[in-house]
Parts: sequence; structure tokens; C-alpha cells
Amino acid sequence: MSTLMLPVRGNYLDEGFSLWSWLSSVDHKRIAILYTISITMFFFVGGVAASLIRLNLVTPTGDFVSAETYNKLFTMHGVIMVWFFLIPSIPSTLGNFLVPLMIGARDMAFPRLNLASWYLYIGGGLFTVGALIAGGVDTGWTFYTPYSTMFSNTHVIAAAAGVFIVGFSSILTGINFIVTIHKMRAPGMTWFRLPLFIWSMYATAIIFVLATPVLAMTLFLLAIERFAGVGVFDPALGGDPLLFQHLFWFYSHPAVYVMILPAMGVASEIITCFARKNVFAYRSMAFAVLAIAVIGFLVWGHHMFVAGTSVYSSIVFSILSFLVAIPSAIKVFNWTATLYKGSIHFEAPMLYLLGFVGLFTVGGMTGLFLASLALDVHLHDTYFVIAHFHYIMVGGSVMAFLGAIHFWWPKITGRMYSDRWARFAAIVVFIGFNLTFFPQFVLGYLGMPRRYHEYPPEFQVLNVLSSAGASVLAVGYLLPLLYLLWSLKYGPRATANPWGATGLEWQTSSPPPVDNFASIPIVTAPPYQYEPPEGPHPNPSAGQKGEGSEGAVGARDGLS
Amino acid sequence: MWNFPLHPPADTPLATRVDHLFYTWLGLAGVVTIAVFFLIVYFSVKYRHGSKADRAMPTGAELRRESHRIEFAWIATPLVIFLGMGFWAADLYYVHASPVANATEVYAVGKQWMWKIEHIGGQREIDELHVPAGRPIKLIMTSQDVIHSFFMPAFRIKQDVLPGRYTILWFTAEHPGDYHLFCTQYCGTDHARMIGHVVVMAPADFQKWLTGGNAQQSMAEEGAGRFRQYGCSGCHGANASVHAPKLEGLFGRRVQLSDGTSVIADERYIHDSVMLPRSQVVAGYAPIMPSFQGQIAEEDLLDIIEYIKSLRDANPGLVK
Repeated sequence: MSTLMLPVRGNYLDEGFSLWSWLSSVDHKRIAILYTISITMFFFVGGVAASLIRLNLVTPTGDFVSAETYNKLFTMHGVIMVWFFLIPSIPSTLGNFLVPLMIGARDMAFPRLNLASWYLYIGGGLFTVGALIAGGVDTGWTFYTPYSTMFSNTHVIAAAAGVFIVGFSSILTGINFIVTIHKMRAPGMTWFRLPLFIWSMYATAIIFVLATPVLAMTLFLLAIERFAGVGVFDPALGGDPLLFQHLFWFYSHPAVYVMILPAMGVASEIITCFARKNVFAYRSMAFAVLAIAVIGFLVWGHHMFVAGTSVYSSIVFSILSFLVAIPSAIKVFNWTATLYKGSIHFEAPMLYLLGFVGLFTVGGMTGLFLASLALDVHLHDTYFVIAHFHYIMVGGSVMAFLGAIHFWWPKITGRMYSDRWARFAAIVVFIGFNLTFFPQFVLGYLGMPRRYHEYPPEFQVLNVLSSAGASVLAVGYLLPLLYLLWSLKYGPRATANPWGATGLEWQTSSPPPVDNFASIPIVTAPPYQYEPPEGPHPNPSAGQKGEGSEGAVGARDGLS
Repeated sequence: MWNFPLHPPADTPLATRVDHLFYTWLGLAGVVTIAVFFLIVYFSVKYRHGSKADRAMPTGAELRRESHRIEFAWIATPLVIFLGMGFWAADLYYVHASPVANATEVYAVGKQWMWKIEHIGGQREIDELHVPAGRPIKLIMTSQDVIHSFFMPAFRIKQDVLPGRYTILWFTAEHPGDYHLFCTQYCGTDHARMIGHVVVMAPADFQKWLTGGNAQQSMAEEGAGRFRQYGCSGCHGANASVHAPKLEGLFGRRVQLSDGTSVIADERYIHDSVMLPRSQVVAGYAPIMPSFQGQIAEEDLLDIIEYIKSLRDANPGLVK
């Protein structure tokens, strides 16, 4: 690709060291760091709630916490993990960092809007943490009416307000991504030269902008009914109890794709890089993410097969749900085909992403069980559903997020971490995850309902297995926190392109200069330029040649 | 400790058919998942960096043709399988949603945090449902407060139970036994304690249970009492002077409303007419009926509905 000149300005991390220099920065890379720190904190808060849930379920009589506390715990776990971790996870951190770098731009289209979206996120987070400290919320993350409007005695409005506010953060991020990708691509960066990660960010941004306003309206109506007694959802006030579910899932099902599309983008980048082979069927991959984003808007009714909707509408939603599975299946097959005749390296990011493909496959296949009407009648609201969506969201999204953090860590921080520890952690996460969630499929088919503080004794063995797995998983999640933080101070300096990856972000120094590129690159070729696999390969851990010089400059200017 | 179930008991014909669907999916999903895992591991070993495996690939147009063929195959094959499985599942769902005509009706009311069951004969039970084996049972369910869900895992069926609506669940249990009853829609603090038993009895035992039960009078008789107790008979009774619709022969008929539309007088229509009388005023009548919202318990209203049902065949000439 284009040749590079030395950056004129220093790297973005050296641009200022005061707290204010971070809190007032409109540099997309610094905002990405702000997001990374905040979502990591929320992840561990949500993780603590999950640990307490699993601890309580070790005994069938629920001895560890009271029913009230248990209900508040699973609500906080859901609310925090969905809105304050999973939805912003990859888009707000890596998306923010990488979108301008990957398309050859100096920043996002609206840098101030970008910072504003982080402040909205934090503002929403404070409302929700406020509700937590004030005594909690017990509605479940789904806020189903009329329980949430007329019956719950907890801080529903404060929690809903937090979610309402954080929704605007998503909308602003979405607008920024769409405009940036449309208007700020480097010369020669045509749509079909965009990395697949950019395609997935684009599809995600469309969902952000089209779906999130519906959530805002729904929560607003909920607040009006709870606060002013205006009958919208409660039949006792003349409302419709199913209307809330329709509106909620019209947002929340596309929101599931907000969680998984970015993970798919990450998988396409990492698998093609470590297989040293161009991703199989690039165009199918790009169209598949768009298809998922579009069809994803038409499947919300599959959450309501036993809610009391008509048989015929259920049949339509069931067929559409099978259709949305097709592009996901295409992606799994294409990733697998990318490995064929590659020259595969197994550094930590690759291990995370191979794990992602496997777990996402299990999550996707079990989704087909749930799309099957008569089976859903049995499985709905049981642990089978819990296991299914954790395979997608934790096995899928979180594994991909961790893989992405490991893959772009040298670029973001200018430091290398211990690959040995990272590979170990990836394996611990994979094992812990399966031990935690696989038994829940069996529990679900046996009929154990979700959101149960206590349960019949015959379910105990499987619950104990699941809780044991959760402790392994917790270790797996704490390990990266330790060795990644350690690497910030003690890790060796990273070169510009430690993995030998193609893509514009690897052509600038690690960490990148404030303006991203010394001169805007001119793009002349598709994103993946992995050499024909018959040839000899550079050893990636030794760093890529060619860009070594400004890699060294970047390193000298790196974290001190 | 290791003596725990991996498969729930199945006690209805539908449950067995749902199990067939489940194990077919399990087989298909197992094959695909194992194939993906196997290929990932196989490629990872064979094409690991530095291995001597043959990596010659077709190029140019040949590669494109080959890719398109493969892609078409792995789009078309899942599509056909998915739709086939989807129609199978939809067919069973249709069975689940279509109660047979001769089913015995049983009423259920969900309220935080118990299930109240009432049989036509007036027998009441809480968190227990006694049914005879071999007879189709149709549950007519509503909720006093929030949304609940009536789940019987051994029969592989559940249905949400909504306030202000009546939903249906039907089954034919085959063998006497004691099965789980769970609430599966989160309904507040003691959601996990809103559980009970479905007791399937041999028909003779069930008859004994019915007669030995706590019923003083049938639901319809009970409802006739409620009809007077709540003052309904003052306007809707035979000797009333107020101009109010008569209820004899009403149930199941089409009713003209004052806004020009018409509805079938089913359980929900009667429920709404009592709770939200202004919402559906019968054509030719003044909207003078007061709402009974908050004054009448759902299970009392069920008695009244059953009473009105019992008037189904009584002198329809009185009704406009």
C-alpha cells in the first residue's frame, strides 16, 4: 500500500497527562480509552452480580440471599451487562479507536459528538448505579409491564432513566459511525475495499440509529404509566399488556445483533490475519452483516410465542427467525473455509476467536431450537434460553471482545503483553464458559424456569456444575486484567505491525500519532493482502519488517 | 447425588411429538457443530504455520466458480432444512393452540404468588391441579395482577396468563402421576414459589376426588349467587326495571355495539363489560353501567361467566 512518512506530532498518549486532558479530549483514540475503562468497570460490577447469583443457586433452597435480593441481583446483572457493557463494548471501544484508522481518516466526523456520547454513557451509568445504591430494581432487565409500572416497589424509574440516557449515547455513536464511514474514507477506499470490521460497524450503527429511539419511547411510556397512572400497558387502566413486549423487543432483538455483529467483524479480521489467508468470500461476508441487520428488525415476535399473540403471526415470525440464521451460518462456514490451506498461527487473539466461532455455532444452533414454535412453547423462559443467549453474548461477544483487545492492544498501548499468559487465559475462559453454561441447556429441557431464587432439588447437581464453571470463568476474566495492566508498564515495546497484518491501522505507528497518519494513505487494493500461503512466512512475533522504522519511532514515543 | 434426571417425563401425546422434534434438532445441530469443530481442529493442525501440507489453490475464474458452488450449497442446504423443521414445529404448535371440542373446562387464576384452580363442579384448589388421565382438559386462565405463565414441563406446554384476558392451554395426560407446575413469567418477589403440582388420576379416582372435594355448589350456581351479591341482577335480572341487556342466550353470540362494530360474546367480552363497561356498549343501551374494576376478584368473575354460560340455552328471545 502507500508509503509512510514519519509522524509530525507525537503519539496520542503523550498529548497530555492530566485527568482533564483525557476528560476533555475529542481524539477518537482517547475517547475509546475512556470507554474501555468505563465498560470494564461495569463488566466487573455485572460480573459480581452474576457470581452472587451462581452462589445462591448452589443450593435448591436459595440460602445465600433473600428472594428480594436475588431478584435485584439478576436485574442489575442484566441491565448492566446489556446496556453498560455488551451494547457499547466493541463499537464504543475498538470501533471508536479503529473506524478512522481503518478507513484512513484523521478522526471521526463529529469529534465533539463522540465525546458527548461518552458523557451521556457515564450519565446514564450514574443513574443506574444510583438506583443500585438506593436499593435496587427487581423487574428483570426486560421491565415487563404491568409488573414494572404498577406492582414493583423498587426504583424502576431511576433505572429506566439510566437506560433511556445511555440510549442516546448509542444513537450519537451510530450517527458518527455512519457519517464517518460515508464521508471520510481515504482516497481509493471504496466500499468493497473496506475491512469487514468496518462493514460490521456500519451495520451496527444502522441498528443503533433505527432501533434505539423505540427503546426511548417505550421507557418514556413506562415512566408515564408508573408515574402518572396513564393507562398504556396495564389492562386495569385500559392499557394493553402485550404492547410493551412488542415495543421492547422491537428494540431489544436488533440490540442482540448490536452485540454480535461487531464480534463477527472482529472474527473476520483476526481469523484472516492469523490464517495468513484472505477471508473466504469477502462480499458474502459484507452482505451477510447487512442482511442480519435488516432481517433482525423483523423477528421480534419470536420472544412472544407463548405470550398470547395469534398463531399465524407466530408462524411468520418463526420463518423470519430461520431466515436470519442463514447469514449467520454463512459467516461460520466462511470463517472455517478461511482456515483451509492457510498458514495458521496460534497467538492469543486467534485462540479467542477460534473459541468464538465454536461457541457462536453452539449458540446459533440452539437458537434454531427456539425458533421452532412447538419447541419454544416448552423451552421459553427456561434455562435453555439462558444458556442459548449466553453462548451468543458471552461465548460469542465477550470472547470476540477479549480477542479484539488482545489483537489491537499493541496498537492501542504500544506494548506487548505475555502471549503465554494470554493463551492460558483464553483456554481457561473457554473451559469455564462451557462448564458454566452447557449444564443450563439440560436444566432448561428438564423445565427449570429462569429467574428462580429456589428450585426443586432434582436440579441441584446441574446447578452446582454450572456454579463451579462460573468460578473458573471468573478466573479467566480476571487474568487478562492482570497481565494486560502489567504490560502497560513492563511489556516490551510493540512494533507498528506485530502480527504482520494488512489494513491501514497497522501502517501507522504503535501507538498512533495524534493525527493517525503522517499523510493520508491512498488505497489501491482490497483490505486483505495476505501473501499466497505457499510462500515463506515472516515470524509474526518477531514483528513485521518494512514498517520497522516508524514502529521504532512510535515505540520511543510510547507510554513512559 | 448422581441420580439426577437428564430428560423430563413426557405424559401427553403432544409431549412425545415435541420430544421427537427436539431430538431431531439435537441430531442435526450435533452433526453441524461437530463438523465445524472437527474442521477447525483439522485445518488448524494440517495447515498450522510451518507444516508441509499442500496449499495449492485454484486461481482466478476457476476459484470464483468453485467458491460460488460451495457458497450456494451451504446457503441452500440449511435453508431447506430450516424451513422443513420450521413447518414441522409450526404444525405441532397449531395442535397445541387448537383445543379439541369435547375438552373438560377448568378455570385458573394466577395471582402473586399462587395458582387458584376452579373446576366446573365448584371444586377449588390452590397450587394443585387434579385431572383425570385420558381426558382432554382445557384450561381457561387469567391473572388477577401481573403476567404469569402456566408451565407443565411433563406436557411440554406453557402459556402466559394475562390480566384482562383469557388464554387457553389444553392437554390430554396419559398416565396417573404427579408432575411439576411452574410459573415461568417473572412476577415478583416469590416468583420461584409460585409452583405446584399437576396430579393426574385414574378416571375412577378422579371421580372420587371430585365428589369428596370441597364443593358445595357448582361454579354456575356459585356465579348465580355472585350475580345477586354484586347487584348485577338489579339491572340484568328478569324483573329489573332498568333498561339493560339481558344475558340469557348471550354467550357465544354476536353482539352489536353502539359504535357500529360487533363482537362475539366470549369470556373476554364479559370480563371487559364488567371491568371496563364503557369500552363496549351494546347498541341501543345507555352507557350507565358502573365499572367493577377493583371490586370483584377474578375468580368470582369466572363464576359469573360460568353462570352466564349456563344461561346460553335459556330463552334467547329476550336478548336483542
